[in-house]
Amino acid sequence: MEYIIIIISAVFVNNIVLNQFLGICPFLGVSNRISTATGMAAAVVFVMTLSTLFTYLVQYYILDPLNIAFMQTVTFILVIAALVQMVEIILKKISPALYQALGIFLPLITTNCAVLGVAILVVTKEFSFGGTPHMLDLPQSLVYTASMALGFGLALIIFAGMREQMDLVGIPKPFRGVPISLITAGILSLAFMGFSGIV
Amino acid sequence: MSRLKTLVNGIIKGNPTFVLVLGMCPTLGTSTSAINGMSMGLATTFVLMLSNLVISLVAGLVPSKVRIPAFVVVIAVFVTVVQLVMQAYVPALYQTLGLFIPLIVVNCIVLGRAEAFASKNNPFDSFLDGLGSGLGFTLSLTVLGTVRELLGSGSLFGIKIIPGDAILVFILAPGAFIALGYLMVLFNKLKKA
Repeated sequence: MEYIIIIISAVFVNNIVLNQFLGICPFLGVSNRISTATGMAAAVVFVMTLSTLFTYLVQYYILDPLNIAFMQTVTFILVIAALVQMVEIILKKISPALYQALGIFLPLITTNCAVLGVAILVVTKEFSFGGTPHMLDLPQSLVYTASMALGFGLALIIFAGMREQMDLVGIPKPFRGVPISLITAGILSLAFMGFSGIV
Repeated sequence: MSRLKTLVNGIIKGNPTFVLVLGMCPTLGTSTSAINGMSMGLATTFVLMLSNLVISLVAGLVPSKVRIPAFVVVIAVFVTVVQLVMQAYVPALYQTLGLFIPLIVVNCIVLGRAEAFASKNNPFDSFLDGLGSGLGFTLSLTVLGTVRELLGSGSLFGIKIIPGDAILVFILAPGAFIALGYLMVLFNKLKKA
């Protein structure tokens, strides 16, 4: 039951893009076509879950015992950067097809603040999914991260669909490009506010 | 004269938010009020100035292949400094800005200026460039924060000036997107005129 609450809360209620403002750059940057958006979404789910697994272990088995929690930001960004590089190399070797599909998105992900953001969130914030506030354990963290990433994918794909339609209509000149995208994202965010309060 | 140009460039012509559209996450996430926006802007300015300075000093020593990771480490060190200082002296503000302080590390503006300017110019100019871009970012965040605070809670820098109810949605998530969108429209319109 708790896992279901975590999933619904992370995907819909506290949507990472539309509610927490993480990962806006790829959200605005690679949402022109549904196909690109799907590729990016898949790459983010994969990398985010993997990097949270590593940063979680680093936090609880290296930083905390050594009492150097203040090194968190430096360590996490290095772990994520190294991980993305490694995923890229391994994918190229063992699954060229998958590499073809996800490859171009991987370098972009290192600077995606959603990855670092969620990695920090799961080890610093107390959550109160169905009960008293507590720190997430490893399986919960992974489910939470994967759901956050799914929420990112969902928002990205919906948004790409809207932008494909937007190409077909005449938009006043000052609104073209980023401004109309932001306003559309605002309306989408309003729609997602309808989910608040269900968990 | 050209020094002044370096400084001013980041504020208007190369404004990180309105012209380059970089660093959107903290822009949207921390501009719930003018004070929050300004504090976030100043924290970023601090990191930008010092990381630009240090990066322009070490750029010649770092092999170009490991350039980016090396720059990121420099930036992360200054972000940690900001984190610790804020936690110690302004804990309430640190709580409000929350996650967005450590996330200065992945702010595209900081790495962007390091790569585009600091790695090719002398330390003093790089420092000025960091200050200019930082002030430009602070300015946009403060403007957006002011607009959202005025519409969303009817106050300005924490002082209530419009009596009665305000349009709450502007300090919630959707209002951030909509307010920034319309400000950009205004900016585009003024630039043309």
